[in-house]
Amino acid sequence: MGKKALLIIVYLLLALVTCVMLTPMLWLVAASLKSKEDLFHYLFFSPRPSLANFRLLFSDIPFFRFLMNSFFVSGMGVLTQLFFSSLGGFALAKYEFRGKKAIMTLMLATMLIPGQVMLGPVYQLIYHLRLMDSLWGLIIPGMVSVFGMFLFRQSMLKIPDDLLEAGRIDGCSEFRIYWNIVLPVSKPMIGAFCLITFMGAWNSFLWPQIILHTRDLATLPIALNQMVGVYSREYGTVMAGTVLSVLPVMILFFILQKEFIAGLTEGAIKG
Amino acid sequence: MNIRSAKFFLLQRKAAPYVFLSPFIILFLVFGLYPLVKSLILSFYITSGPKARIFVGLDNFRFLMGDRDFHTAVKNTTVFTFFSVFLQLPLSLGLAMLLNHSLIKGRNFFRFSFFSPHLFGQVFVAVLFGIIFAPQFGLLNRILHFFIPQIPSDTKWLANPKLIMPSIVLTSLWMYVGFNMIYFLAALQAVDRDLYDAAHVDGANAFHRFLHVTLPGIKPVAVYVMILSTIGSFQLFELPYVLLGQSPGPDNAGLTIVMYLYLKGFEAGDLGYASTIGWTLALGVLVISLLQVRIFGMWKREA
Repeated sequence: MGKKALLIIVYLLLALVTCVMLTPMLWLVAASLKSKEDLFHYLFFSPRPSLANFRLLFSDIPFFRFLMNSFFVSGMGVLTQLFFSSLGGFALAKYEFRGKKAIMTLMLATMLIPGQVMLGPVYQLIYHLRLMDSLWGLIIPGMVSVFGMFLFRQSMLKIPDDLLEAGRIDGCSEFRIYWNIVLPVSKPMIGAFCLITFMGAWNSFLWPQIILHTRDLATLPIALNQMVGVYSREYGTVMAGTVLSVLPVMILFFILQKEFIAGLTEGAIKG
Repeated sequence: MNIRSAKFFLLQRKAAPYVFLSPFIILFLVFGLYPLVKSLILSFYITSGPKARIFVGLDNFRFLMGDRDFHTAVKNTTVFTFFSVFLQLPLSLGLAMLLNHSLIKGRNFFRFSFFSPHLFGQVFVAVLFGIIFAPQFGLLNRILHFFIPQIPSDTKWLANPKLIMPSIVLTSLWMYVGFNMIYFLAALQAVDRDLYDAAHVDGANAFHRFLHVTLPGIKPVAVYVMILSTIGSFQLFELPYVLLGQSPGPDNAGLTIVMYLYLKGFEAGDLGYASTIGWTLALGVLVISLLQVRIFGMWKREA
């Protein structure tokens, strides 16, 4: 077979898969932009696009509230995990101290156990801490990420010791070294970590489903899941809600794409 | 610098790693290690809500072994995992190899379009596909009916017990095939090009090059992806739960292990039994991961 023919086949296959991947998304956007009358009439876009579904979202349901809940929970989740994981990762990457090996072994071992094992006891803890049915009950148990700590340790191992020593000679405290030297050098890993953590928190469903009961506290996955039952015949509204729910992650991905893919695969290639 | 501040400087340097780790360690102890130990203890109790409990020893585990709903959940989860590993991963590798073709232009566009479904997250994917699978007006039925008119347009993908698992596998394929491709693509790009040239000179055909250069080159990543994919698949919950309208579906056709854990622990209120299910899952996943490492050998690289 000629090189050219092979290349054409490769392109055809790629185009086919692209179609399969993008068609559901196109259909989603099209459905969100169709009025009730046009919904079943056109398979994809209607010639009369309408924003009625989006308007309904904000007038009939507290969708803005859900959006804000999700932003608050995910934002706080990212900030706290970023701070604790990078600080812990720095300590494990750049210091020698007693108990270091034991701590790392213990954490690695817990990573092998699926998180759902802990649901019952964490539920009891949150109950006794009186954090049931609150957004802080979502944020606090998720503040510590063992995965994130190892990710940061891995990338910080590569920072040359001379750089830190230079800071010490200039009279920087150890925290200043972390804040002014280590964090700025770790920017690519921070980008990747932020996106991974944000996605995890934004799409999280099981835990919020367990501890949230008040409708006004719902995050987007909880709200959308409830809308499916209520608006089953008017799925244009559900689709509009889905569009707005996935948009923030999409935008964040566009900004952090390079860092994300590098961060995702780094552990796999070298580990 | 006077002596006192010099002393302080030395002291803060000694204390730094402990101070830096302490918030992490405290949170880890409270929300990581303690719940793990506590759930092991809980698995020896029958509980009702967050407070009441009765010690039953190993009865939970004994009961679980004979629990028919649990058997269904294990069977469904295993079938799903089988397709994730033996259907999805080869397709991911295939896509990665297409994209790795040296003359391809627009690689970033293709990579993004294959990967983007993963950004949706399981719940939003399930909401979207719940409507795609709908009878009559759903996209899938309309497309199938358009191309093959013999297929009726009112197939109830999510109400027919026989079609539920294929629907879940299909949805997961759409969501994860591009995600796993990213790993394979990175691995392929790391394979030494000289090895291919050498194989070419030796007269190896495409299939032999794949078998003797590509596969050994990407093996560590492939095993890593396989283990991650197995662990992830065994924890399947959101996709079927939202897809099937917050239920395990007719005949429990979409019941998974984690869904059963959730239903038992948080709808029936028995956190003890839920912990038993959790630890059984953990043990199962551990054994299977170890077997995979054993069989495919993550640590030794062969030439």
